[in-house]
Amino acid sequence: MIEIRNLSKSFGDMLVWEHVNLTVADGETLAVIGKSGCGKSVLLKHINALLTPDSGEVYIDGQNIFNLDYVLQRKVRQKFGLLFQGAALFDSIDTFENVAFPLRYFTKLSEKEIREKVMQSLTYVNLEKAASKMPSELSGGMKKRVGLARAIIMEPKYIMYDEPTSGLDPQTADEINELIIFMAETFDVTSIVITHDMFSVLKVADKVAFLNDQKLSWFGTIEEMRLSDQPDLTEFVRASEYQI
Amino acid sequence: MHALNQLGRYSNLLYQGLRSSTEFRTYRKNLFQELVKIGYDSVPIVILVGIFTGSVLTIQTAYQLESGFIPASTIGAIVSESILIELAAVIPALVLAGKVGARIATELGNMRVTEQIDALESMGLNSVSFLVVPRLIAGIAMFPVLYIVASVTGVGGGLLVGHLSGAVPTADFLKGARMFFSPANLVFGFVKSYVFGFIITSVACFKGYYASGGAEGVGRSTTEATVMACIYVLLADFILAALLL
Repeated sequence: MIEIRNLSKSFGDMLVWEHVNLTVADGETLAVIGKSGCGKSVLLKHINALLTPDSGEVYIDGQNIFNLDYVLQRKVRQKFGLLFQGAALFDSIDTFENVAFPLRYFTKLSEKEIREKVMQSLTYVNLEKAASKMPSELSGGMKKRVGLARAIIMEPKYIMYDEPTSGLDPQTADEINELIIFMAETFDVTSIVITHDMFSVLKVADKVAFLNDQKLSWFGTIEEMRLSDQPDLTEFVRASEYQI
Repeated sequence: MHALNQLGRYSNLLYQGLRSSTEFRTYRKNLFQELVKIGYDSVPIVILVGIFTGSVLTIQTAYQLESGFIPASTIGAIVSESILIELAAVIPALVLAGKVGARIATELGNMRVTEQIDALESMGLNSVSFLVVPRLIAGIAMFPVLYIVASVTGVGGGLLVGHLSGAVPTADFLKGARMFFSPANLVFGFVKSYVFGFIITSVACFKGYYASGGAEGVGRSTTEATVMACIYVLLADFILAALLL
């Protein structure tokens, strides 16, 4: 379980958000929505301690990650798979090696076992034929899918997706949504999806957190969001509907 | 205030590097790659710099001592000692601040702005151990080797040009070189090359690792890494000369 308690963050004089409280139960999929620049990705990077807050705590399975030393923080991070907005593939190695990377550093699997796992992971994202391609030879959608294959290769307990469908055509975006659902259902992972794509939210999420005006403006289930009359949230959701 | 902040971050990066230098499994593969990139790949440019430095120094020294009162062996002594004490360490270091320093700063800067360093950390890998430590070790290990290459080619170039131009007979050049040779000067050259290797790689790692601001930021970091490394190399050269000679 992930618990965020009273978290605040600013960069210099610029407040990103303050007093954020959130809980993500095991097996749940949480979507964090909000306008561009509201600090969604910043919140994501606090959950696995890539960024340090001004105040507040983040508990991963009961451990406050910010109270742990660096070695233990890294152990906790291994529970997470993270799909970056730009995929963050290592551009000096090919697709296969990108996906195999965590296995080579954190397991003692044989070369044969690594090959089997990598090809299985690439099959999940329909990219088994792209194993030998370099990241520069992949399209944006393919990069995200390779990023996803790398994020799930260690069979993490938690997967975090940073804008998984942004910049993709509707068909590829929907394939990514299907993959998020597949991961959650097949491997029973707890997922956090950062997005401003309401189609994605409605399709994959169990709960929604809405960041607005430098705070967590609203938090609830999908059904509660549909019934909510909170002005900022309804305006944000309605703006998405206009784009259909 | 900004300079103090930079110094603090630089020191912190070095401290983290020192602490994580025990994680050999993390950086083993990168270390061998960096030894090749910093060492082997730099040999051609260092040979070129060495030969031309030795050649020019011989011609200019011969020109300045052409009175006939000073024996030709003095040219051999001046050229070989100047190369061993100063030129074989400093001139390649200034060239490598551009070649090696710029490459490291660009690589790490690009990895930073495209979130590849965050990706390493998010997997639970120590990014300093993975990226910074192998470059520092390779720099410190390979610069003395390159110093030997520059020394040999520098003295050899001077000897050859002295012979071909008729400025210094080979026997006189070697006699002068042997007469004034002191192992302490060689040790001094090695100390310099260790220090320069550390300066160039650590400054480049620091600038690249903390790069920000997209492609423009990476370009800025690379420029700063190169310029700062050159300045610190010259400064360190002066301090070492004042302390050790």
